[in-house]
Amino acid sequence: MSGLRRVRRFIGDHVVLAGGILVLAYMFLPIAIVMLMSFNDNSHSRNVYAFRGFTWNNWTGVCKPDGMCQSVLLSIEIGALATVVATILGTLAAFALVRHEFRGRSIMNTVIFLPMASPEIVMGSSLLALFVASGFGGRLGFVTILIAHVMFCLSFVIVTVKARLSGLDQNLEQAAMDLYASESVTFWRVTFPLVLPGIAAAAMLSFSLSFDDFIITNLNAGQRLTFPMFVWGANQRGVPMQVNVIGTVMFLISLLIVVGNMMATRKKPA
Amino acid sequence: MRSRRLTGYWLMLPAALWLAIFFVIPFYSLLATSLYDPQGSVLTGYDVTYHFHNFVHVLQDFWGPLWRSLWYAAVATAICLVVGYLLAYAIAFKAGRWRNFLLVLVIAPFFTSFLIRTLSWKLILADDGFVVNSLQFLHILGSDGRLLATPVAVIAGLVYNFLPFMVLPLYASLEKIDHRLIEAAGDLYASPARGFLKVTFPLSVPGAVAGTLLTFIPAAGDYINAQLLGSPNQRMAGNVIQQLFTDTGDYASAGALSVILMAIIVILVMMYIRVAGTEDLV
Repeated sequence: MSGLRRVRRFIGDHVVLAGGILVLAYMFLPIAIVMLMSFNDNSHSRNVYAFRGFTWNNWTGVCKPDGMCQSVLLSIEIGALATVVATILGTLAAFALVRHEFRGRSIMNTVIFLPMASPEIVMGSSLLALFVASGFGGRLGFVTILIAHVMFCLSFVIVTVKARLSGLDQNLEQAAMDLYASESVTFWRVTFPLVLPGIAAAAMLSFSLSFDDFIITNLNAGQRLTFPMFVWGANQRGVPMQVNVIGTVMFLISLLIVVGNMMATRKKPA
Repeated sequence: MRSRRLTGYWLMLPAALWLAIFFVIPFYSLLATSLYDPQGSVLTGYDVTYHFHNFVHVLQDFWGPLWRSLWYAAVATAICLVVGYLLAYAIAFKAGRWRNFLLVLVIAPFFTSFLIRTLSWKLILADDGFVVNSLQFLHILGSDGRLLATPVAVIAGLVYNFLPFMVLPLYASLEKIDHRLIEAAGDLYASPARGFLKVTFPLSVPGAVAGTLLTFIPAAGDYINAQLLGSPNQRMAGNVIQQLFTDTGDYASAGALSVILMAIIVILVMMYIRVAGTEDLV
């Protein structure tokens, strides 16, 4: 290889890598701003789009803005419930789709993809149309939000658990059966523990989808206010800086879970 | 273990019912809503009067936002494809042992709320902010030029918010490419550029198709970026649908516009898949 070619190769390699890192920096810029603004002291100014000075007050008085912490609690409550329901139903469905033959299996495989490929505004307005047509138009609230969240989380749970389940080495189950384990013992001692990481990943995914959803929720929430709806409403009056504290905390918790998970799986070779 | 037909049914049933009742049937409700007599209201109830005129009237009134939805989403998807390809390629081929770490960084923006991230773009692009000032200094923007409340800001927001949906499928298909194929191209005297065009890129097309769909569809339905970063002049179809449903209570028009948006997206997606030639996406 000639020297010139090697130089060009070196530049080519590093230009691509540098470009990639620039793109990542672009993706992180808003998060850095959110973190920075969580320490912004804007008590003397109504301009919420400039950094005026450092303060801990947003962190110590997180719940000062009216209704914000209630909305966070509501989002956590809905997220937890939706996650439990979607994870259970989705895991059962994933087992059916991977491990059992039944009529309509291929149709179901298609149907579970559709919610992930439909625009949220259309799903949200369809669901609202259903609620109104069936006389629940005046009773939108906790239950209708929950129904909507389970609906859009289900597909993601099914796909995630399915991926884990179909990658499973069935020889392990055969081995357990050969060693006289009954079918249920095999399931609980072999199959389930092996699928569990997939189920856990699905649960985390559905909690974060539920916690963050705005478009579908906004149409079906009635008078209830989830955290994204609070932020949306606050935007019209000027967003309280404490919103950035919640954003920062969300980011750090998720990062901790993902990094912790990576460390844990790295220790024991799968 | 593929046994006992009935077990499969029972395991599938709850999820299937949930999706049938709360995902499939609502599309019929939406279609019915779009044919409501516009005279009705939430309180007095609506009648399905096969009022096809709703569609005509919605197209007349809102073809601007509808067109903008498709146009903004297409531009944002194209930018995502270029930028996302660069990032996915860098992670798949140049990152070495940092691969997994960089992948976590790609999904990390999802860890904070969509709305909060979009609001922070409002600050980045603000009128007296760093970006606007530098662009004014470079005379790319006039001295009273701004980015907020322009299509540029809305499209930038869309690109930012949906970029990971492009990067992940692209990465998945780039990562699977056998490096020996690219080396073989080099051994046969193909320049790196030619090797990329003839080997790497064609093998990554399925990822590019999946990525463009995953970016275009949510972007065309989005209204958060248009609302937070744009002005009423940048209203997209989503803004109008949301407003008609929650503020105006004009369910008939909102339903009709939703149906039209969905129909256009389905047709575009089908045409696109046919042209791109990958039927085995799912």
